[in-house]
Amino acid sequence: MNDAKSAEAEARASNASGAETSDMPMVRFEEVQKSYDGETLVVKNLNLDIARGEFLTMLGPSGSGKTTCLMMVAGFEAATHGEIFLDGRPINSVPPHKRGIGMVFQNYALFPHMTIAENLAFPLEVRGINKADAQKKVQRALDMVQMGEGGFHGRRPAQLSGGQQQRVALARALVFEPELVLMDEPLGALDKQLREHMQFEIKHIHESLGVTVIYVTHDQGEALTMSDRIAVFNDGKVQQLAAPEVLYEKPENSFVAQFIGENNTLHGKIRAINDGIARVELTDGETVNALAINAGPGERTQLSIRPERVEIDPDGSVTDHTVTGRVEEVIYLGDHIRTRMTVAGNSDFVVKTRNRLGARRFKPGEKVRVGWATEDCRALDSAG
Amino acid sequence: MASSTERRGTAAPILAADGTPLKQALRRSQSIERRRALALVAPLLLFILIVFVVPIIAMIWRSVYNPEIREFLPQTASALQDWDGTEVPPEPVFQAMAADMIVGVENRTIGRAAARINREIPGARSTMMRTARQVDEWSAPYREKFIEADEDWTNLEFWRILKRETRLLTPTYYLLALDYEYNAEGEIAPRPEVYQVYKGLFFRTAWMSLLITGLCVLLAYPVSYLLATQPTRTANLLLILVLLPFWTSLLVRTSAWIVLLQQQGVLNDLLVAAGLVDDNGRLRMIYNRTGTIIAMTHILLPFMILPLYSVMKTIPPSYLRAAKSLGAHPFRAWWRVYFPLTLPGLAAGCILVFILAIGYYITPALVGGETGIFISNLIAQNMQGSSAQLKLAAALATILLVAVLLIYWAFNKLVGVDKLKFG
Repeated sequence: MNDAKSAEAEARASNASGAETSDMPMVRFEEVQKSYDGETLVVKNLNLDIARGEFLTMLGPSGSGKTTCLMMVAGFEAATHGEIFLDGRPINSVPPHKRGIGMVFQNYALFPHMTIAENLAFPLEVRGINKADAQKKVQRALDMVQMGEGGFHGRRPAQLSGGQQQRVALARALVFEPELVLMDEPLGALDKQLREHMQFEIKHIHESLGVTVIYVTHDQGEALTMSDRIAVFNDGKVQQLAAPEVLYEKPENSFVAQFIGENNTLHGKIRAINDGIARVELTDGETVNALAINAGPGERTQLSIRPERVEIDPDGSVTDHTVTGRVEEVIYLGDHIRTRMTVAGNSDFVVKTRNRLGARRFKPGEKVRVGWATEDCRALDSAG
Repeated sequence: MASSTERRGTAAPILAADGTPLKQALRRSQSIERRRALALVAPLLLFILIVFVVPIIAMIWRSVYNPEIREFLPQTASALQDWDGTEVPPEPVFQAMAADMIVGVENRTIGRAAARINREIPGARSTMMRTARQVDEWSAPYREKFIEADEDWTNLEFWRILKRETRLLTPTYYLLALDYEYNAEGEIAPRPEVYQVYKGLFFRTAWMSLLITGLCVLLAYPVSYLLATQPTRTANLLLILVLLPFWTSLLVRTSAWIVLLQQQGVLNDLLVAAGLVDDNGRLRMIYNRTGTIIAMTHILLPFMILPLYSVMKTIPPSYLRAAKSLGAHPFRAWWRVYFPLTLPGLAAGCILVFILAIGYYITPALVGGETGIFISNLIAQNMQGSSAQLKLAAALATILLVAVLLIYWAFNKLVGVDKLKFG
């Protein structure tokens, strides 16, 4: 899906501006390294291409280097090594104000002494756009974020709610029609409901304008909802770069499996690998099959199984194989039921079952057989 | 009666549980709070009243109070009220003067009255004192005997001034403080140029204070910016360096400047050693205007840095980044976004430094020499003089006070004191 999208974006670009920019990514990181203290690397050898029109999210825990990467694109941090290209041009020595990149800051950074209209007109004013044109653009930008009416123009940022400020910040980053927009955790300060609403709005704006967006967040739900591709950062490295569904369903290492979505982990040792299927001996002695991903024969491994892919399967008729689990806790959540149980020494093994008619509810202490399909169980490294 | 109950019926007051109207109950419960708050601040209020408000009122009173003639020549004062000032006063005035003189000599107060007139018309003192010594041997009619003893008793100007100064309140000291005086015709006129001191000094004090304020802005702004953008640990260390002068005696700091700046001082030695200045051409950097400006800028600098720093600390660095990301050149970003946000601190620092500077005393006194003194130095000088000089000092101080209040008022109109952030 992602490939199709970027190919489409490239095709659009080549139609518009000729052959030389056709295969040019919007942003390219080439062997980029960043260190603040000369002792540790915050960003370790980053190579990343971001296609024109793409919505790419940098996702990771705090301190993983994702914000540093964004700041290097914006020009507020200098790369210690390597080069960043914007539309094919190296930009390491281009100062921030000449990069022409829109940016939405974590706390919006709206200028408190200017009105909303003045805030939006600021990037136009510094570009020497005449007042009448600027006014039109400001109005259009405000309309885009549904703030065009209601007399917001003359108000100051402090007189707006958090959500309104967020919209204004978005409009200000877009009003001068940049091709690339950076967003640094823009929804972090909003409450859950508003955040979800704004996710869709940002996504829609992205789709309708066709701008390239680099979005930084630590909220995986946000990343999954909005992105074309997600770069999962940890420890200064991109752990996996893939479309949301690939990331969720086919994590390539235990960090990604743990970080994205809910995950059940079973520890074990790989006895053998045949045709990409690993025989894994769990800590309690049972043996299961799993897809071999990034752990070799004889190595310790972490098995990753999503809770909704686990079936409670007393007679072993539905799934490839079953193991024994002891029910610890049953939580009723309306649309589904979470059953926490102990499986192979892990007491945090969660099973999500749809609350369908006639679904059986178990009692704590009960012993049941649980099972899953081999391709839903991935044998990953044991580091995460 | 009926209508009032009806009205109450339509908008019945809410009652407290015991039946009293809620508003009344609220007032009663709050009055205890209010009284407690008042009791807490009462000692301070009293203290301020006694040591601040009362002395200022006393000072203002003293600057216009003019009791000598009325008090020490009471009969003459009342006799003169009917005199039209066109010719030498009639016998009753002289009679009153004789009576006053006899009392005055007895009470040893005649000298003070004479001194008061002498200030207005030089030479009048000796005339009065000489006559006063003889007057107890004379008898009515006095007029001829006075004139016979001294021709000056026919001087109309003398009598006119005497009559004028029977008033209890006088602007004389304010006129003096602004380099004006009464001329021979009793009109207000500028003093002879050689005596004009104060007006020029007021202006000099004002512009030197302005200059010092400006220098403080130039020096403090970058320092405050540095302080505000450093990590907390470094910032705290730097802040201690800024505050260090606060903990050092003002005299020590001023003396340090003398050591540094005098002609045989450190700076001149360095300049001579570096060959920048000839040994005979050592710079005069102290005991003049330059000295006052350098030393006072240094001393008042923290008062500029602290409000600036406290305001700058609250400005997130993301504002400047946002401005730059929106395409503004760093200078433009600073001018349009950062600078306006620092205005409350800048204005607070300016008003603080300027008002402190305009009334500064110690430093100009020590390093100001002839050309670098401030109005406060002359106020202090006058305070050590005669009672008349004391009154002049009071007038000068009152003018200074009013000027500061006016500046503050104008500043409030222009900027708004409620917008200031002092720290």
